[in-house]
Amino acid sequence: MYRILIYLTVVFYACIGRALAVEATPTVSPGRARLLAALLAPPAEQVAAIRGLVGVEDSAITPALTAWRAGELFLVPLPDGSRVPATLAPAPAGGDQLVALSVLDGSPIPDPNGPSGSSAPLLIAPKSLKPLDTTAPLRRAMRDVLEVAGVADPSASVRRESIERLGQSRKAEHLPLLQARLVIEQAPAVRSALGDAIAFIQLADADPAVRLAAIAALGEAHSLAAASRFKELLAATPPPSPAEAAALTAALKKIESHWKTVNFFGDLFRGLSAGSVLLLIALGLAITFGLMGVINMAHGELMVVGAYSTFVVQNLFVSAFGAESLAFHFYFIAALPVAFAAAALVGLGLERGIIQFLYKRPLESLLATWGVSLALQQTFRLVFGPANVQINAPAWLQGSASLNDVLFAYNRLFVIGFAALVVFGVWLALNRTSLGLLVRAVMQNRQMASCIGVRATRVNMFTFAFGSGLAGLAGACLSQLGNVGPGMGQLHIIDAFMVVVSGGVGNVLGSVAASLGIGTVDQLLQPILGAVMGKILVLFAIILFLQWRPGGLFPTRSRSLD
Amino acid sequence: MSASAQLPDVEPRFFTRAQWAAFLVPTLVLALVLPLLNAALPAEHLLRPSDFTLNLYGKYATYAVLALGVDLLWGYLGILSLGQALFFALGGYAFGMHLLLMIGKDGQYKSDLPDYMVFLGYKALPGHWEPFYSFPFAAAAVLVVPALVAFVFGWLAFRSRIKGVYLSILTQALTYAAALLFFRNDFGFGGNNGFTDFKRVLGADLNSPATRRGLYLASVLLLAGVFLLYRWLTRAKFGHLMQAIRDGENRVLFSGYATARYKLFVFVLVAAITGVAGALYVPQVGIINPSEMTPEKSLEAVVWVAVGGRGTLLGPILGALFVNALKSWATRAAPELWLYIIGGLFIVVVLFLPGGLISLPAKFRAAWAKLRPPPPAPAAPAAPAGDLHP
Repeated sequence: MYRILIYLTVVFYACIGRALAVEATPTVSPGRARLLAALLAPPAEQVAAIRGLVGVEDSAITPALTAWRAGELFLVPLPDGSRVPATLAPAPAGGDQLVALSVLDGSPIPDPNGPSGSSAPLLIAPKSLKPLDTTAPLRRAMRDVLEVAGVADPSASVRRESIERLGQSRKAEHLPLLQARLVIEQAPAVRSALGDAIAFIQLADADPAVRLAAIAALGEAHSLAAASRFKELLAATPPPSPAEAAALTAALKKIESHWKTVNFFGDLFRGLSAGSVLLLIALGLAITFGLMGVINMAHGELMVVGAYSTFVVQNLFVSAFGAESLAFHFYFIAALPVAFAAAALVGLGLERGIIQFLYKRPLESLLATWGVSLALQQTFRLVFGPANVQINAPAWLQGSASLNDVLFAYNRLFVIGFAALVVFGVWLALNRTSLGLLVRAVMQNRQMASCIGVRATRVNMFTFAFGSGLAGLAGACLSQLGNVGPGMGQLHIIDAFMVVVSGGVGNVLGSVAASLGIGTVDQLLQPILGAVMGKILVLFAIILFLQWRPGGLFPTRSRSLD
Repeated sequence: MSASAQLPDVEPRFFTRAQWAAFLVPTLVLALVLPLLNAALPAEHLLRPSDFTLNLYGKYATYAVLALGVDLLWGYLGILSLGQALFFALGGYAFGMHLLLMIGKDGQYKSDLPDYMVFLGYKALPGHWEPFYSFPFAAAAVLVVPALVAFVFGWLAFRSRIKGVYLSILTQALTYAAALLFFRNDFGFGGNNGFTDFKRVLGADLNSPATRRGLYLASVLLLAGVFLLYRWLTRAKFGHLMQAIRDGENRVLFSGYATARYKLFVFVLVAAITGVAGALYVPQVGIINPSEMTPEKSLEAVVWVAVGGRGTLLGPILGALFVNALKSWATRAAPELWLYIIGGLFIVVVLFLPGGLISLPAKFRAAWAKLRPPPPAPAAPAAPAGDLHP
């Protein structure tokens, strides 16, 4: 157990570390000097200087040239005779004056005449400066530089995007630039994008051997963009040579079969995570409904209690530490026990106030808890407003890992892991603790258990609170996957009941099997039938399944009738 | 089952004289006096029930039929079906199809096709719509479609002895699935918006007071007829059997009755009658959309029955009237409190008043009897009917 905890801690810190590494990117670059030189160069040399910026790695080039081209770049003269290229923006304090923002780092230029040590921004009267001149050759040079500027951007994702765009443009003139970049590029994702883009441009190469190699390379790379281009080429007039057509068809087949597999595994993963969500919701029900025989229609609302607790904890963290702080990313960890406790508390109140009188009248407990669910929904609406609330995922739950083109979103991975952990915990609690023994005894036969001295009322109370707490956990998890609003509970409650019924009432294992099965089948059907039809089909399939096995997957065996 | 033991048992006679009076007087008032007053008196007269009032009462009457169905299943047979709103809406949709076709070219797009079909780009009327031009066919569909759905579902469910809360959950899932289906545009029944903008029924203008009176009258007569039918059904040997199934299905089964068939019969019968109520509901409110067939609507009908008093036939009618009147008032006076009111009402009734409003007089009488000193002579107590069969 400790080992697992240590492992989880390590994984957790690794995730945090990853999130922080992304934020701290270096901004200093030698390219900035060349940009400045090009901006300040005499007009005759500017075209050459601008064209010289191709391939220079600096994030300031794109905004500076974009502003220049649009006639929004100004050279702000300073008292010491130097000139600073800047854009003008309305002063935050208001008024007619404008603030000069340096294009090199985007920060306001401090006022040199102001008191020393202060950082009061330099204010400029509008129309007192003329924008930097542009001419047609200059604008053309700037456009060409801007088109390929992204290839040298410090951010790998920007690089990748602009490389893909260049590949799509299929202009042979970009080939040398891309090939030069391939020599120095380090990031694997960008390298593969470079390879694709180069091959894409080479599809139109004059040399048939180069074309064939490019086709093969794109086929190997499973490029989706290439697949549609291949189809165009195959249908083009004049048709490609037989050898080329064969290569195209083979590569196309390879790409399509690859993506079919990827989509299948993607659906499977989404199904598994949808099943895990269902499982988290249904596990609480499996305890309150399955073990105790209480139909709790307010189960969905207990879940919402958990989700709103997460919301409240998030807001507390924001007000205590600030939304940008490191501590904020831990709010979800803190929210889990809070969500459990809040939902368990509400569940406890529900059991004491209403359900304890209805253990022998299951149909009526259904109705009374429905009344509770209505009242709770209205309470959420009054307290948190009728609209969905905003929950920001911590950095370590954002983004996704990609394995062989299959995307694994971190939040879904987390839910799967968390569901497994909770199932294990529930199993331990029910089967390996003395309290679990009492719970099972009371659930099997309430009267007999109380006859031999089990305090049945107390056990009922704790079991119901435990089941409710699990609903709270499910709600906290769901808050990371979907919208949180007052009606959120109603969306999932019927699915959860179906899981418990088809899994076999009173059986945690059955709920696990049923929820994973239903989640996966639902997700696999969705691409074929659409979201709603898939869901409807699953519902009908469950109704039919219960014909075949009325007791569910794992029925509880008993000699008693009724 | 301690709860069901509190329910009143079968009385020997269909109606006593007093009961006939109690049945006929309100029926005559509702079916004769009110429409006559509405038709004969001038618009501003103090005694004249307004068109709006008649329309409202007509709507309540269809709700009461829905509630009676829930009660026959739940109070007498022990099946808590959360699918009754589905049958109600199916009947409504079947009749709505006819009403929609009767609009003819008077719709917004001046086309033979219903407005939403023009909007969705249909070129021709789908084949299964054609027969709905005929009123008799639509009227038959109102009965048959809900009955068929009930038959298929009930046959499957009762055959495999699904009962109690499982049946409730399954009917709830069925209703939910159907609502999802009807919410889709490509299912072909108008999606979210459903059917609306009806113009005429059987050639009569739907907006004229006379047509509205007719619809009101039909609803009241339907309610009275259904009440008599259910009364007869529950008084007969069949009624004893239903209650026996409710209280101990296995014993009845082992005595040689095919309980599944009895349950299926009642389930299908109630579905068909509920469908008729839905068909009368639609022209009176002027719209039918999938929100009428959600599980929440079914649960609402269950609330009416629980509040009025289940296991009696008068209770559901009272409950439907009381809760809906309360709803009309509360959604205007305090809209944000309505969910608290209905939720609270539900909890209070379930916990403290399992017999519903209808059991209140007996409770008061019992409380009064306790307060009063015992009478000197041991007079025969006015025992409730349920105590006749210990």
